[in-house]
Amino acid sequence: MEFFVVQLLNGVSYGLLLFMLCSGLTLVFSLMGVLNFAHASFYMLGAYFAYQVSLYIGFYPALVVAPLLVGGIGMLVERYGLRKVHRYGHVAELLFTFGLAYLVDEAVHLVWGRAAVDYRVPASLEGPLFRVFTSEYPTYRVFMMLVSVAMLVSIWLALTRTRIGLVIQAALTHPQTVEALGHNVPRVFMLVFGGGAALAGLAGVIGGNAFVTEPGMAAAVGPIIFVVVVVGGMGSLAGAFIASLLIGCLQTFSVGLDWKIFGLNITVAQAAPVLPYLLMVLILIFRPRGLLGTREG
Amino acid sequence: MASPGYQPVNLVRWLLWGGTALLFAVAPLVFRQGFALTMLTQMGTFIIFALSYNMLLGQGGMLSFGHAVYSGLGAYFTVHALNMIGSGALVFPVSLLPLVGGLAGLAFGVLFGYVTTRKAGTTFAMISLGIGELVHACVLMFPGFFGGEGGISTNRMVGKPLLGITFGPAIQVYYLVAFWCFVSMIAMFALTQTPLGRMANAVRDNPERAEFVGYDTQKVRFLQLVLAAFFAGVSGALSCINFEIVTDENVSALRSGGVLLATFIGGTGYFFGPIVGSVVFIFFVVALSGFTQAWLLYLGLFFLAMVLFAPGGIASLLMMQLPVIRARRFGELVPPYLLALAAGLVAFAGLVGVVEMVYRISDQSLETQMSLFGIGFDARSPRPWAAFALLLAAGVAALGFAARRVGDRWGAIQNQMQEGQR
Repeated sequence: MEFFVVQLLNGVSYGLLLFMLCSGLTLVFSLMGVLNFAHASFYMLGAYFAYQVSLYIGFYPALVVAPLLVGGIGMLVERYGLRKVHRYGHVAELLFTFGLAYLVDEAVHLVWGRAAVDYRVPASLEGPLFRVFTSEYPTYRVFMMLVSVAMLVSIWLALTRTRIGLVIQAALTHPQTVEALGHNVPRVFMLVFGGGAALAGLAGVIGGNAFVTEPGMAAAVGPIIFVVVVVGGMGSLAGAFIASLLIGCLQTFSVGLDWKIFGLNITVAQAAPVLPYLLMVLILIFRPRGLLGTREG
Repeated sequence: MASPGYQPVNLVRWLLWGGTALLFAVAPLVFRQGFALTMLTQMGTFIIFALSYNMLLGQGGMLSFGHAVYSGLGAYFTVHALNMIGSGALVFPVSLLPLVGGLAGLAFGVLFGYVTTRKAGTTFAMISLGIGELVHACVLMFPGFFGGEGGISTNRMVGKPLLGITFGPAIQVYYLVAFWCFVSMIAMFALTQTPLGRMANAVRDNPERAEFVGYDTQKVRFLQLVLAAFFAGVSGALSCINFEIVTDENVSALRSGGVLLATFIGGTGYFFGPIVGSVVFIFFVVALSGFTQAWLLYLGLFFLAMVLFAPGGIASLLMMQLPVIRARRFGELVPPYLLALAAGLVAFAGLVGVVEMVYRISDQSLETQMSLFGIGFDARSPRPWAAFALLLAAGVAALGFAARRVGDRWGAIQNQMQEGQR
């Protein structure tokens, strides 16, 4: 029971973090049809920026500054990169973001070196917050959950209650009509892309010190968020939310289990890295549109 | 490459293939150093890999992020076959081992292709990435067959030498690779001329119409992927024979990304594009990685520049010149091209300076005293920073100017050529 509750809490906090990454990816995908390969790179940049900024002015200012910086970079990428390759079609856009991911990886190597940097949880958030049966639950995990939930609620409010949110929603399905009504759709694209990048950056700020801030972190989380988007259904925010929590829990639970898998000489914990991809393959075979997806193919 | 009209003997094509064969035969005689031979061997292996990748990306419109799965698994099966030959459990000529790798690739192509080719476009790209990660994780999970982190090593000098060929000296491995590379090139080119190759193009360009005339697009994609997986397996087997070791790096996302970079840089629109791309890519990997740690950054920048400014790759840039050369107007383009080249070199020198200095400062284990282009300086002093930044800015500005000049001249020639046709 104790194992279950602790792992569930960990799974939910990791799942919320995943959703923070996937929400930006999904919004950009449904709005612009662009699958941003460099999304996980923005996550990594968020963590590194937060590390660098927190060295000078502390963690809490970094919580705001780093995502804004990443969002700014995202807008520049959209304005001067993606918009140019847009006329060559979706494959060119995907290739552009793929090259960008390559470049960010190498730039991080170049500036911060190949080893992990010492990006720590701030002293005020260290230590346990409450007890679950016999084990203590860390404060920082709860802080992560609070930040994620606060962020999600504000996005939801922004998308449904504000003028720009309504324009974004309209541009999702009828970009030409929105443009004809006098809204600057390319600017909306730029804002959404920057916003998605900023969200990924925020995820990096709070995820970077909970896990490890190292040059391989983008490559580690990148494929997982693609799995989440496929499992949830391409372009469905609600689907991405469910899939994020599902895969978050799947990963945290499987790492803690040492049951033997029938017929194979390995434990569930050893097989943990494979499980999300297996889930994806199964979903594709039995429900190709994903959990809540509406479009086929 | 396709020529209009019926021609009983396509002379140009015979000349091209003959020239390629000749090039393969004499290349090691011209570049005699061991270093060049290593590079040529790797180029041959990579050409097969990139051409098989282009069967998906260029001919079938499938952007795959997991093509290393097929070459890597082919390599694993080859290494086990080679070890079995070594222990005497299997009698099989080493020179035919690429078939083993190819068949292994083909088998996994059937298995994974069933899942991945259900979708096209962006979804295909994501699923291929997922399959790639799945296989990579599995390779590390089952050390019994895949050898874990250390991989599996082998010895290619096994079995009875045939006509004195032991595959000990590197030159013999080169000719083995060259032979298979040439055969695979012909086979893959022939495939583009078959009905399947043509239907793959149709499915790439307009899947709805292809279905309307009665073809199952999923089946076309599936067959194309299975055949591509076969050739990927052949190249994996050759790299196994060449390096005598297979590790998890052979199936990694890095390898899949590499073949994508090489193919795109070369150009996906023409059959010979990936060949050019492989030569450039291996040059980057082998030659440049010896000089600088930042070679991946240069490669990434080069790739991004190609995506932004020349999405058809080097091949399309070359083919664009053909009509101009035919009209005997190429001479007019030479001065602006030379100007652009000079500007590009200046910008590149500035970029190299800045990147190398950043690298020197960030890596604490290195001294900041360095030398570049034969000039020694300290990376911490402001003067070289100013100099290289100026070089970069001037180079970029000049490049913009030169690009406009090329564009103006190009447009004028095109206009006049159209006038002439009327």
